[in-house]
Amino acid sequence: MNCYFRLGLILVWTGFFATASWAEDPSIKVMAIFKKSCAECHGAAKQRANLRLDTPSGILEGGDSGSLFVAGKPEESRLIDSLLARNGVSRMPPKGDPLSQADIDLVRAWISSGAHLSKSDSTAGTQPISNHWAYQKVRRPAIPPVVSPAVRSLQWGPNPIDAFVAQKLQKEGITPSSEAPAHTLFRRASLDLTGLPPDPDELSGFLVKQNGKNPNEVYEAWVDRLIASEQYGERWARHWLDQARYADSNGYSIDSPRSMWPWRDWVIKALNKDMPFDQFTIEQIAGDLIPNATIHQKIATGFHRNTQINEEGGIDKEQFRIESVFDRVVTTGSVWLGTTLQCCQCHNHKYDPITQREFYRVFAFLNNQDEPALTIVPAVPGKDKKSKPEKPAITSLVLAERAKPRETRVLLGGDFTRPGMVVDAGTPAVLGAMSKSEGPPTRLDFARWLVSRDNPLTARVIVNRYWGQFFGMGIVETENDFGTQGSPPSHPDLLDWLASEFVGEGWSMKKLHRLIVTSRTYRQSSRARADLEAIDPRNRLLARQKRIRLEAEAVRDGALLASGLLVKKVGGPSVFPPQPPGVDQFTQVKRPWIASEGPDRFRRGLYTWFWRAAPHPALTVFDAPDSGTTCTRRNKSNTPLQALTLLNDQSFLECSHGLALRVLREFPGGQERQVLARMFELCATRKPDAIELARLEAYLARQKARLAEAPDQARQIVNQGGPPGKDLALSGKHPIHDRASLVLVGRLILNLDETITRE
Amino acid sequence: MRKKDFMPGADLVGLTRRHFLQSSGVGLGGMALSGLLARDLGAKPSPETEKSKFGLHHKPRAKSVIQLFMAGGPSQFEMFESKPDLQKFHNQPIPESFVKGRRFAFMDTFSKERPRLLGTKRKFERAGDGDLFVSELLPHFRTVVNDLAFVRTVATDVFNHAPAKIFFNTGSAQVGRPSLGSWLSYGIGSESFDLPAFVVLQSGSRGPRGGVQNWGAGFLPSSHQGVPFRAQGDPIVNLSTPKGIDQGIQGETIDALADLNSHHLAETGDLEIATRIRAYEMAYRMQSGAPDLIDLARETRETLDLYGATPGRPSFANNCLLARRMVERGVRFIQLYHADWDHHGDPTNHLDAPLEKVCRETDRPAAALILDLKRRGLLDDTLVIWGGEFGRTPMGEVREHIGRNHHIDSFPMWFAGAGIKAGMVHGKTDEFGFGPTSGRVHVHDVQATIMHLCGIDHKRLTFRFQGRDFRLTDVHGELATPILA
Repeated sequence: MNCYFRLGLILVWTGFFATASWAEDPSIKVMAIFKKSCAECHGAAKQRANLRLDTPSGILEGGDSGSLFVAGKPEESRLIDSLLARNGVSRMPPKGDPLSQADIDLVRAWISSGAHLSKSDSTAGTQPISNHWAYQKVRRPAIPPVVSPAVRSLQWGPNPIDAFVAQKLQKEGITPSSEAPAHTLFRRASLDLTGLPPDPDELSGFLVKQNGKNPNEVYEAWVDRLIASEQYGERWARHWLDQARYADSNGYSIDSPRSMWPWRDWVIKALNKDMPFDQFTIEQIAGDLIPNATIHQKIATGFHRNTQINEEGGIDKEQFRIESVFDRVVTTGSVWLGTTLQCCQCHNHKYDPITQREFYRVFAFLNNQDEPALTIVPAVPGKDKKSKPEKPAITSLVLAERAKPRETRVLLGGDFTRPGMVVDAGTPAVLGAMSKSEGPPTRLDFARWLVSRDNPLTARVIVNRYWGQFFGMGIVETENDFGTQGSPPSHPDLLDWLASEFVGEGWSMKKLHRLIVTSRTYRQSSRARADLEAIDPRNRLLARQKRIRLEAEAVRDGALLASGLLVKKVGGPSVFPPQPPGVDQFTQVKRPWIASEGPDRFRRGLYTWFWRAAPHPALTVFDAPDSGTTCTRRNKSNTPLQALTLLNDQSFLECSHGLALRVLREFPGGQERQVLARMFELCATRKPDAIELARLEAYLARQKARLAEAPDQARQIVNQGGPPGKDLALSGKHPIHDRASLVLVGRLILNLDETITRE
Repeated sequence: MRKKDFMPGADLVGLTRRHFLQSSGVGLGGMALSGLLARDLGAKPSPETEKSKFGLHHKPRAKSVIQLFMAGGPSQFEMFESKPDLQKFHNQPIPESFVKGRRFAFMDTFSKERPRLLGTKRKFERAGDGDLFVSELLPHFRTVVNDLAFVRTVATDVFNHAPAKIFFNTGSAQVGRPSLGSWLSYGIGSESFDLPAFVVLQSGSRGPRGGVQNWGAGFLPSSHQGVPFRAQGDPIVNLSTPKGIDQGIQGETIDALADLNSHHLAETGDLEIATRIRAYEMAYRMQSGAPDLIDLARETRETLDLYGATPGRPSFANNCLLARRMVERGVRFIQLYHADWDHHGDPTNHLDAPLEKVCRETDRPAAALILDLKRRGLLDDTLVIWGGEFGRTPMGEVREHIGRNHHIDSFPMWFAGAGIKAGMVHGKTDEFGFGPTSGRVHVHDVQATIMHLCGIDHKRLTFRFQGRDFRLTDVHGELATPILA
């Protein structure tokens, strides 16, 4: 009776009180049998063989010998084997009387009927709602006053971000750093917002036009211009592509090509038109379920088609389908919820209040799709369609809901061959309830819940991740773990204020970015400060900015821009810039890489075709993610292979050619100092100082002297294939050794740490 | 060799490059734990070399590890497992108790009827002083059996190629975790002056399934990922300077870069710049070190013949010899993949000529590697391991030719050298060689054991990622103590 009483309590607790079925629920009787006959060794006090039979979760998970039963198949169930002491399984209970035939029949009947446990299961009643900070609703804290005159004098105050940051600095008695020099600041904003350094001419032209305005207005106008540019969407799309694990191939061993770029272009467009983040989310998670979904909304669901596909012979397709669903759940958890769900795949997490069952309830939302390729009929301009040559049909991988839903079961130990209890789709209790619609909740309900005001995590996670992009580290350092094992926020009030502001301003990413980059906190100098070394070596208090090495794509894009080679076409199929030979030597299926000779040779790095089995080395060497799993923050390594790439890779050599060609055209008279200063400025967005210029002159003089003696060598340096080298070889005005020496100078400057760093 | 230009910058800021390299030799941001830059001319010993001497957690037995990865899954029944019952019951359905409820790759070729046992046509003879029987396919291996520990009973969890390889390398069948080599590089760094800590070589018709994921660094800093050395062209991507740019120009460019970068370091105070200067120095050394390494023509005729190596003709033999040369140069982990072991019974992959071919390609070089390391005194602190991502079934497959399916319950591996009990034969299998009856060693145990020999406690080398402390062996792994000396 005791057991009935306890279960009853649990049922009441969770609010899943199912009056009608409760009394005859066979699981209640089975639980009672276990309690009576098994719990002494497999209960709260002792768990022989790691098995616990006094809780539903224990029954579901089984013990050292694996799962207790195969739902629906008592004859294949170890539990029955042990009760009957057959098939080599020793009798349970080992001492005393065996179970009565009536009890065994009850257990057998319970397994036959699917081994359901009552709705009050494993987790209910045992998990108090966590009081961990990240699970509390977002508040909107009051903006603190800026009291310190020293801080006020730096114009900290009007932007609330600065007020929150200053509050902590004042407490520690630290003065913020002064504003970065203009060239650094304008370059920083350009790199952060568009992934490209400024073109020095464009910048100076802009500054001339703004003449007379106050510096603050000028900077803000520059920011607005950057945010309005198409390159903004490209830069932030790349960040999103990392999280979506985007690639142009299927992965695993065969790694066939796939068509996902229409989805990539959808992301660029959505970001450029500042699609609110809630809509951005809903369309990608469940665009196909939006009533009267447009083709664009269907394309958006490609987000979760970026999973890998195993095309190897002899595989169990169901196994890899389930792997994909796992990946989708884990990715959704990391990207939107900043929550590690991997652990719950196999067991209840020790520390975080999301249970294994809840993992599979989320899993159920994402377990119900077919995975078709959507054919997109290209729009043909003009009325008379027949007169135009037909463009080939474009496809993109999308999600489509199945007419007949799949049943989702808990998979014991995350193993798809060990199905446990059936679960319904639902969200983790600790993160707030879903608003109920008619019938069982759908993937669309789930998407809406992700961005609902009741969800305590999404807005915080998103603003924090963006913050990390602008400062090198999030307010919460563990940007994909807001759980109890993650690090606490350095500025909790700022985080909440930003989250509240983000939602309040209609989930506008552009407004959020503008708010951050126009703050004084962002605009500080990144110079190291001796006084901060001891107090705040990791810059958690934000008394300065940080030097950050450019991401792989920006390293490439910056070199292309400086050399005048960059082709700024937005979108379209992925492209093939030069790649060193033999990159596919280690892959199972050889994929030819024929470098484009046309404009596609000089497109931005985000358009470079990505083979999962053999990514372009210039990307991976600079820490581009492998697209195997979601990547929410890239590593920033600093290695000799990066040096070899910048020094020797064909694409970067062509940039050296382009840079030499550009300055020779700009300075036909060949005024050496101007030429050197110009090359430096094109790469670093500033003029070299006297020392730097002298060093460049010395280098140039030496190489000129060397190559004057060796015209064949000079010719080789210029004639390296690739359009800019050819142009340079033909521009016969200057002696070949002068041209070659300038190529070497260009190469030198493109290799500078400053060139590949945002300061 | 490199002549320095006049360098006003460094003088003005009162810092010579060498000076701050020395003063900042340790604890440099991202490079602090990197294996790639263990040593710098004139620099203090870095923490990496300290670690490799004393081990991360205990004194290491192995300085270097060479893994001979037989990609595809070699058939133990044609090479090492002589089972009279398999011959006796040839073509009989395997007893149901073995296969009930079990899943295999290529289920369709297995599910029509209960699969039949397949005897082998290979002749076996006892090799070494233990009870190991080796077939005629491995005449050279027979001669080194007393130098190694043979494990019959390795088990893994996954039975498709790419996931099983990724599992062997990273401890997880899901992609995205760091590989063993990258963990070693992360944990104990490099001993090499001019080569990466973790190198990957490949021979056979193609690369291993799963590609870069097999030697990726996962969430560890990417500097720890395996660096593939290619058999043709540049051994490392972008190792050669562009045409016309000789060593002299390259050296002067690196000097000029160092000067300009030092100048900016003084301006900004960002030690990442010092790391970058060191990275360029290392890159420069690799440019001469790697070509020197791969120049097999420097080996004697006798050594080349021992391996069956031919300079300029890529092969497993060349790679084994390269592996020895890398050990001499302090490379920490050298992984050699040799493809073409997937003998299902289709026209190109079966247990007759194709198996003979791949045995011929690998038998002599693998044995030569042990002999050569031993006579040079290198085997004492070099661990050599051999095996596939899984083995093959005692049952045949119903196909055009004779073949066997993937099998994960029990398959062979061998271990030789540092800290290994030589002459040991470990593990017993049932009458058909289907599963272990004693001495099962799981892949996680293999990983734990390799780390142990390198001075690492596999339970204590962890990395926090997405809110969880990850390690190579996940929550598993026991040392395979019987094979340890």
